Amino acid sequence: MTRYAMAVDVDRCLGCEACLVACSVENRLPLGSHRLRIRETATGAFPDVTVEFRVEQCFHCAEAPCVGVCPTGATFKTDDGIVLVDPDRCTGCKACVTACPYGMRYVHPRGYVDKCTFCEHRRGTGRDPACVETCPAGARVFGDLDDPDSPVSEAIAAADRVDVLFPNTDAEPSLFYLNARLVNTLAETAPATVTGGEHG
Amino acid sequence: MPEADAPTRIEVSPPPGPPPRVGITRRSFLGLSAAAAAAMAVFGRTARAAIDRLPWIQRTDVVTTHSVCDMCPWRCGILVHSVDGRIVKIDGNPADPKSRGHLCARGQAGISFLEDPDRLRTPLIRTGERGEGRFREASWEEALDRIASGMLDIAERHGPEAIAFLGHTSGDTWFVEYLAQAWGSPNAAKPSSSLCTSPREEAALLTVGRAIGGHEPVDWEGVEAIALIGSHVGEDARNTLMQDFSSARARGAKVVVVDPRLSTAASKADLWLPIKPGTDTALLLAWMNVLITEGRYDAEYLDRYASGFDELAAHVADTTPEWAAPITDLDPGLIRESARMLGDRRPRSVVVPGRHVTWYGNDTQRMRAVYIVDALLGAWGREGGLYFNASPYLEPYPHPAFTVAGSAGGCSADPGAEESDELPAGPTGKHRADGVRETFLRGPTALQELVPPMITGDPYPITGLVAYGINLLHSIPDPERTREALRRLDLVVAIDVLPQDHIAWADVVLPEATYLERHDDLWAVGHKTPYIAMREPAIPPMYDTKPGWWIARELGLRLGLERWFRWETAEEYLDRRLISIGSSLDRMREEGGIAVQDGAPYLGDVDTPFPTPTGTIELVSTTLGEAGHAPLPRYEPIEEPPAGHYRLLYGRHPAHTFAKTQNTPVLHELFPENAVWLNATEAARLGFHQRQEVWLENQDGAVQGPVAVRTTERIRPDCVFMVHGYGHRAPGMTRADGRGASDTALQTRYVLDPICGGAGMRVNSVRIHTEAPA
Repeated sequence: MTRYAMAVDVDRCLGCEACLVACSVENRLPLGSHRLRIRETATGAFPDVTVEFRVEQCFHCAEAPCVGVCPTGATFKTDDGIVLVDPDRCTGCKACVTACPYGMRYVHPRGYVDKCTFCEHRRGTGRDPACVETCPAGARVFGDLDDPDSPVSEAIAAADRVDVLFPNTDAEPSLFYLNARLVNTLAETAPATVTGGEHG
Repeated sequence: MPEADAPTRIEVSPPPGPPPRVGITRRSFLGLSAAAAAAMAVFGRTARAAIDRLPWIQRTDVVTTHSVCDMCPWRCGILVHSVDGRIVKIDGNPADPKSRGHLCARGQAGISFLEDPDRLRTPLIRTGERGEGRFREASWEEALDRIASGMLDIAERHGPEAIAFLGHTSGDTWFVEYLAQAWGSPNAAKPSSSLCTSPREEAALLTVGRAIGGHEPVDWEGVEAIALIGSHVGEDARNTLMQDFSSARARGAKVVVVDPRLSTAASKADLWLPIKPGTDTALLLAWMNVLITEGRYDAEYLDRYASGFDELAAHVADTTPEWAAPITDLDPGLIRESARMLGDRRPRSVVVPGRHVTWYGNDTQRMRAVYIVDALLGAWGREGGLYFNASPYLEPYPHPAFTVAGSAGGCSADPGAEESDELPAGPTGKHRADGVRETFLRGPTALQELVPPMITGDPYPITGLVAYGINLLHSIPDPERTREALRRLDLVVAIDVLPQDHIAWADVVLPEATYLERHDDLWAVGHKTPYIAMREPAIPPMYDTKPGWWIARELGLRLGLERWFRWETAEEYLDRRLISIGSSLDRMREEGGIAVQDGAPYLGDVDTPFPTPTGTIELVSTTLGEAGHAPLPRYEPIEEPPAGHYRLLYGRHPAHTFAKTQNTPVLHELFPENAVWLNATEAARLGFHQRQEVWLENQDGAVQGPVAVRTTERIRPDCVFMVHGYGHRAPGMTRADGRGASDTALQTRYVLDPICGGAGMRVNSVRIHTEAPA
């Protein structure tokens, strides 16, 4: 079996937003729509402050809460573990937007729900998702979680610490955070829609 | 008269995919790759997204053009992908030593910059008063004729040096070098010198006899410890630097960051030194003290390559961490620990030369202190230290000799092209009007010092200005003075892509094609592996815009300078230059758009590692001593802000460049306006809440606002920070106009660096008001 997954090395990520723009261009997202967001978190008081950037996008959960709630079957899971939305079948009812624990779905101006696809359209081209390909910090890795020799499996195996976001939802997300200091210590509620970067 | 260049393209195909899983019969599917077919099979034949417009990467008719990015001054090599004459995606060129296949947010946003509907579309001639922004459309013929007659008139009355050429961004070579030199004005300058990098360049020339050049020569691959002083990698989103910084850290390199603000880089550091602004030289002297007194320096290396060690040791005998602690507001233990972190990893240990280093007017001396620490670490010319960059071999286009030197220096400059000892003078024998050797010792043209002669006529009148790609009101401190100059000039020409703030002051506005629509000169990049990169247009110019090379040439022909413009097309010019390296445009296209040459990066690779007057690393500078400047850097306190004021610091956001990208749609929405960072405890004391609207008033009464407060624990309580480039007053830039606040408008003062002519801009401070000051 193939189970596509992504890992983001939080220690490497510089929050530069290159992934965000690469995604928008690659997927021709209209202005105001984003599939990715960057969350900047700071804890502590001057001068003992810890800051971390966390990129967030569809987590392509193994037990995706969005799939079961879709009344039309527009949201579905491929055999290789990617959660997709068929825009033709989607009525924009937002049941999945509500069901997603991470707030990673939004309604595209054309009326259907949109989100990260792990650049599914690139699979046959041998190229990584656009966000992975452009990342100047080399923070992103993509590949088959079921293949121990894939870049993503190797990165996870080599990491000092591996987290998933909100593990208590039992969704089994396929996006892993590596070498984080803060990522899983926060209980903040994810916003309802995807937005742009916050820092600066 | 040649028209704008036609696009030149290379056909590429996406890699073959697996065979389609279902039969494809619809006509619209013809030409789709197998991968596309497979993707569409998932959704079925009526799938909206897949059929409307197929993802570019699945198409077989993608045309790829080699080029060089212009979204920031770093100049990454790019691959520009087009389908049906439309650019669909820009990728880093894997063959390019800078991008290595990656791009930052701005580089990815090039299409949005190109398609910004606010772009200048046609030549304009002013109909209202200067500054009013009223224009009529004009033909290129009329606009160019008008400029040429104005320039010839000025030359007749005052000489060619009465026209200043100021330029920025990657086409500036045509205007501040080629055209200015052919015309014969020594008053040509780039903000990237005296408003940015000239202290580090002059300090390097004085200390090791070598310029830093466009690409800081840190040997990142082998570095084991680095110190960044004020450099904010990650917010300063130079692509290669982000790659190298992340890779070095992942390899285990130690990082020391000295910054009054917990920058992104500081958040990744092993040690963050939240230094009091303006006291960096005291810290550097304390580092020297620790390295020397604890024997953590490379004695053998210094013995062989440096001069003045004993004097230096005596000079820093008392500059202990305990001495520096009250000056810098740093814990002496932290100063000592950071010095040891660097010293113990010598020579694979570097204090990184910053980039924008015009801070307090004493910047050349501070940069000398940086380079002296690097010498103590034995880093110059060593693996994992600071390599020697070399310029690639490349001949200029054959032309008659110029009578003046071009505007040397700047962050995109060839490190071999620094100024000579001869002061450049125009054909009438007049030297530069910027005050070199009267108010400062040496260095490339100090751009800001060309403004006073426009107002006072001293030392001689400058009555004309050609401004290429430089936002005059967001890059030169004291913008009121700049406006006064713009009111008085006889001729103001602006060549730009966008209707930036200063456009309203121009007599003639020429709309340039963007970097994606034009050729430019070759880039000869001084580097560990010197290389030559080319830019070719991916699409023809949109609207009635023209490439800079064409504009410069058309002006040259009208100014009687045809001897320098014998080439008719950019391709002809570029092909002729490439002959000197046995290449051609066709060959460059075949070979990935980049021609890499061998470098000589380390001590053993060169005959004269340190070409200073003494042939050594001059810990004690003979040149400065002879000129009456301190031959060893000293700590000299800078003026404290008035009571109730915060020192005004400024820097970058990773999705934006200078004042250039705030209107670019996809970048605008990521960060539409800046905020003023204020320490959270200070904010609480003053009763400010997060995102509260405030006004900033500087020490001279200049006001900016409203702007939001960002209360944060990430900055010292004695300073504030703003992202540079906001607060546009440019109605034609519909997104950026009026958004955020301008740090430049609050820089009514600067301190001139007496060595290099740099303008130290961190000498301004602000009070924060909850209502607009009367």
